[in-house]
Amino acid sequence: MKKEFQIISELIENNTRVLDVGCGDGILMKYLKDQKKVDTRGLEISKKKVQICISKGLTVIEGNAEEDLKQFPNSSFNYVILSQTLQAFYDPEKVIDNLLNVADKAIITIPNFGYWKVRLDLLIKGTMPVTKNLPDEWYNTPNLHMCTIKDFFNFCSKKKIKLFKSLALHGEKISEINNLNLNWKNLSSELGIFLIEKQNESRNHTLS
Amino acid sequence: MNIKDKIKKIIVKKPLKLDCGETIVEYPLAYETYGKLNEKKDNAILVFHALTGDQFASGTNPITKKQGWWSYVIGPSKALDTNKFFVICSNVIGGCMGSFGPGNINPKTNKEFGTDFPVITINDMVNAQYNLLDFFKIDKLHSVIGGSMGGMQVLQFVANFPNKTKTAIPIACTASHSAQNIAFNELGRQSIMADVNWKNGNYSYLNSSPDKGLAVARMAAHITYLSKKGLQEKFGRKLQEKDDLNFSFDADFQIESYLRYQGSMFVDRFDANSYLYITRAMDYFDLVKQYNGNLSKAFENSKTKFFIISFTSDWLYPTAENKEIVIALNASGAEVGFIEIISDKGHDSFLLDVPEFLKTVKNFLDANY
Repeated sequence: MKKEFQIISELIENNTRVLDVGCGDGILMKYLKDQKKVDTRGLEISKKKVQICISKGLTVIEGNAEEDLKQFPNSSFNYVILSQTLQAFYDPEKVIDNLLNVADKAIITIPNFGYWKVRLDLLIKGTMPVTKNLPDEWYNTPNLHMCTIKDFFNFCSKKKIKLFKSLALHGEKISEINNLNLNWKNLSSELGIFLIEKQNESRNHTLS
Repeated sequence: MNIKDKIKKIIVKKPLKLDCGETIVEYPLAYETYGKLNEKKDNAILVFHALTGDQFASGTNPITKKQGWWSYVIGPSKALDTNKFFVICSNVIGGCMGSFGPGNINPKTNKEFGTDFPVITINDMVNAQYNLLDFFKIDKLHSVIGGSMGGMQVLQFVANFPNKTKTAIPIACTASHSAQNIAFNELGRQSIMADVNWKNGNYSYLNSSPDKGLAVARMAAHITYLSKKGLQEKFGRKLQEKDDLNFSFDADFQIESYLRYQGSMFVDRFDANSYLYITRAMDYFDLVKQYNGNLSKAFENSKTKFFIISFTSDWLYPTAENKEIVIALNASGAEVGFIEIISDKGHDSFLLDVPEFLKTVKNFLDANY
């Protein structure tokens, strides 16, 4: 299992309910189900991948996060996972909103567009970056809304989304992101992993 | 030996109060089984048939001598693997393959019930078939499965008996029969009733049954089971054993000839009154209404794991209607999976050799066993 999934699974407590949005062929779901006794559900757009999940005994719905997330009742999961797909949505802001409705906490990972190799590609070559995490050309990429670790950081603060944990991944190396090292992590990391929670609105109110 | 003696049946002693208010007692329920029930009795799958199906889901139907209607699905190493599972299928009440139906003799008149037979519902069908669990002393099924009207029975079964099956597979169905579905069924019924031989349902079964009306009903229904693309590819404007148009009302086109054949084959194996009763049961099916407008309530007490399947070219029970069931199940917190299978064979896809569909059902059942 890839490092990203290991980190995600460590963020999830045993015996919880988890929705994996864009669950792919179910590797992470299967791990959570078998190793952490997690009650898992998946949402996946590719028919082929849904088939693979079914043959593994996983419960997956063929569907699209932008249309099908809202069918789940509020707070019906403890965690919702969105691995490297946020950038492919038409309306990522709304998707995040829906994620935080269906679950108490969301784990979102993003391929970092601020990674130095990506920046260098554009700076030196003058062409759209093609890297390990961003393997497609500009004309066939499913990505519509690329962002950097710093962008996501700023987004959460602007939207009053509570950042429980911010992790940066470079190769197999994992580190915490904070306000002090944000610019450096934004340059040196391939992937950002965030555990977020909706700010309790009523509590917010009493604070102000 | 009478051919009908090849039909296995139980006589249900327990009275069944029907939705129409009448109570039936000591009624026959015809069934067939495939595979072996294991010692733990946890490998049984109850198959529900569609409108014109019967209990002979696999192998050769001893009455019609044709392949069972779900031969692609049920058998050794197939999707419902009879090396592993014990498959039970019974004829719905209202049917005409041995279960209590309008063709049975009414003890009060010593003649067939005809339209004196009580109107039955999907709920009644399912409640009647539940007796098979008692008969085989099965506490919990591994799965309930069915397409079209069979899928409706799957939904009703779990709603009525929330924890009597581990998994449930409703295929190409709906939780509430749509106006379009009712309209097509009404077309079929009116066609039967317009046949002079129907005689308000009191026709003689051996001499003069309303075959023409029933055949037209079948022809019309058959069109709704296929897709426009499928029809076009299979038949197009091809002519039937001729080089040019006949300038008559003979079956010039292959599609005409095909439909006529489908109609004529159907009347040999199906009873017109049964067709009326079963289509009525489908039209009355509204699980949403049964649970006061909230379909989620139908499943809120169930631990059953659902898997719902629809087909891209099915316009009779389209993906959107199947997804409504998925949404309701999610809202009730149930465990539900869903996939839409790509097929140009229309609603009939669930009966045909659609490898992707067969593989999906097999994978789901095996992975959960």
